[in-house]
Amino acid sequence: MAPEPFLGDVEHTPVRHHILSVLVENKAGVLSRVAGLFSRRGFNIYSLAVAPADDAERFSRLTIVVDAEQAPLEQIVAQLDKLVNVVEIKDLLSQEAVERELLLATVHLEDIDRQALLSTVADAGASVIDFLHQEVTVALAGTPLAIDAFEAELIAKYKAVDIQRTGRVALPRLGSPA
Amino acid sequence: MKVTGAQALIKSLEAEGVEVVFGLPGGAILPVYDPIIDSTVRHVLVRHEQGAGHMAEGYAHATGRPGVAIVTSGPGATNIVTPIGDAYMDSIPLVVITGQVATGSIGTDAFQECDITGITMGITKHNWLIKRAEDIPQVIAEAFHVASTGRPGPVLVDLPKDVAQSMMEWYEPPAHDQLNMPGYHPSTHVDRDAAAQAAQLLAGSTRPVLYVGGGVLKANATAELRRFVELTGAPVVTTLMARGALPDSHPQNLRMPGMHGNFTAVTAMQEADLLVSLGARFDDRVTGKLDGFAPHAKIIHLDIDPAEQGKVRRPDVSLVGDAKDGLEALLEASAHLTQADRTEWWSTIHGWLERYPLTYDEAEPGSPLKPQAVIEALNAHSPEGTIVVSGVGQHQMWAAQHWSYEEPRTWINSGGAGTMGFAVPAAIGAKAGRPERTVWAVDGDGCFQMTAQELVTARIEQIPIKVAILNNSYLGMVRQWQEMFYDERYSEVYLSPDLPDYVKLAEAMGCVGLRVDTPEDVIPAIEKANAIDDRPVVIDFRTDAAEKVFPMVAAGATNSEILVHPSQQGDA
Repeated sequence: MAPEPFLGDVEHTPVRHHILSVLVENKAGVLSRVAGLFSRRGFNIYSLAVAPADDAERFSRLTIVVDAEQAPLEQIVAQLDKLVNVVEIKDLLSQEAVERELLLATVHLEDIDRQALLSTVADAGASVIDFLHQEVTVALAGTPLAIDAFEAELIAKYKAVDIQRTGRVALPRLGSPA
Repeated sequence: MKVTGAQALIKSLEAEGVEVVFGLPGGAILPVYDPIIDSTVRHVLVRHEQGAGHMAEGYAHATGRPGVAIVTSGPGATNIVTPIGDAYMDSIPLVVITGQVATGSIGTDAFQECDITGITMGITKHNWLIKRAEDIPQVIAEAFHVASTGRPGPVLVDLPKDVAQSMMEWYEPPAHDQLNMPGYHPSTHVDRDAAAQAAQLLAGSTRPVLYVGGGVLKANATAELRRFVELTGAPVVTTLMARGALPDSHPQNLRMPGMHGNFTAVTAMQEADLLVSLGARFDDRVTGKLDGFAPHAKIIHLDIDPAEQGKVRRPDVSLVGDAKDGLEALLEASAHLTQADRTEWWSTIHGWLERYPLTYDEAEPGSPLKPQAVIEALNAHSPEGTIVVSGVGQHQMWAAQHWSYEEPRTWINSGGAGTMGFAVPAAIGAKAGRPERTVWAVDGDGCFQMTAQELVTARIEQIPIKVAILNNSYLGMVRQWQEMFYDERYSEVYLSPDLPDYVKLAEAMGCVGLRVDTPEDVIPAIEKANAIDDRPVVIDFRTDAAEKVFPMVAAGATNSEILVHPSQQGDA
């Protein structure tokens, strides 16, 4: 397995971004309730990741990266907390959290690019997960910053690129108050 | 015992102690209407679903218990969206039950299908779509619990037709404290340390104002409020949602603040060094232009909704919890404190009261009635404890200003949403909940025409409300704004004094209809109306269209720029 790049380098993550780790009841429409609240109160969602939580029967966890410059964070949290299906909200400061995101990218190669791509992939700690003729799909899991850098590099070097990012997930850094 | 989902619903309503529901049947809700025949719950058949919603609101306002409405799917459900939005803005506990197409048809654009849980997501505290009949007692218990606890509000339960028809094994709805709702824990208990800090701040303040909002009424905390008011000696303002929380005759009550508040209430808040907000939310109609609002005041904010803290104005001391518990905490913490000397503050306030009382010009002989005089006559000649219900507009402001509210829950109106047409159905709901009280709807001619057909409901259901139409033949508040801010260019505001003929319309709906054109007929008509108790009464009071609501803070102005009545202008 490739070594993880840029481990722990999070201090350049924009300060206005807050990570809310939100435990919700697994009820129909709960995502719509959360999304609707953000839109009607004029709060911005930067990224959103959703998956079943430990007790998958009852709960899911949303990891929402919010723009806390647009609205005061405590107002976002207080409004979110009023939703009946929202069980718990943890505000993870970037400095006190470990964050990861997954990127998939399909790159269309000219012949000459092949070696260069493989070395870019290796340097970033990414891996090739699919290929067909001139197209290669690569994957990278890493900090948002590492993902940003890899994405920028792919865009700069290659002509046609399809990119998908998952949005961040996060946990409190061990030993931090959160 | 096996029952149908529909029977389970009605039995659950009975178990929650519901005495009356307001509704109108239709296709998807048909199964629910069958067990209603055998139920102890009274059903009031409305003429339009909006009426059912406002009746349930009026009932909840007047009694403090959740109002219940039952309607069918599709247009039945969308017709009740306005009352749900209204109840959400004014924190009125409401349980709305809507029929839905059968579960297998959901999402197929079936006849009378609409996504009512989606539509009402942003204007309910919570809503439910029931998929299994065995969930019904559980969900109904949750619905009543959510509607009536914490910051009250409307909830909606959507019930597909096949769920209502399928069988389930009956069980009693769980007690509210046994419900397993991991995400719903309303905060009620106010932190005692914060209350002590607030009490200290108030005791040291030389120019405080107690800013009382609807939360005090919702918490049934008027006795505690009065003790706190008298213990601290501070002046009090009661917002549009809190009229009656402290008797208007109380010497410390400066009455209503805000856009059409009286000069003293507005100005005392502007000049205060401390505002103690008790169950109020710094609504824009109270604050005027926000960055000029109460510029010297520190803020103590008591509210049961944590999201109100700092939403509009950052508090210096924040008290999260129920107004009753909060006032008890403030009383305990203030008991041993000496209040600062406020002689100068009170003398300033008394100066304002004397110089800028609410006022209006008396009617010239032969000219139309003054609406303010009609309200004052109604107040003087109606029984004590009369409940006043208003629509939205000039008549609402005059009713809030010129009636002296002496008891909680005697003033009912649409505050936050400003829903025209609220008065007639809400008055019916209030009277259904408090049949021993006289209930007067004070309405405008524009509002009245929106929901007047519910007077048929009132007559048939033997709910004898009284309606005073302040008929100035205009959409009066809009006319006032066009006069003042659009160079008297009156656009689409003229209705007609005679169309409809309100007396004939009232009679056609089985009510007594009266018309009053001259000042000397005002009191006899009111007395006649108050003597009638077997049917609704409508009085068409012909009022002066030129009359405007004063004082007024124009949109975008700060409260320091309040416009007093023309007779008092140039006087400062």
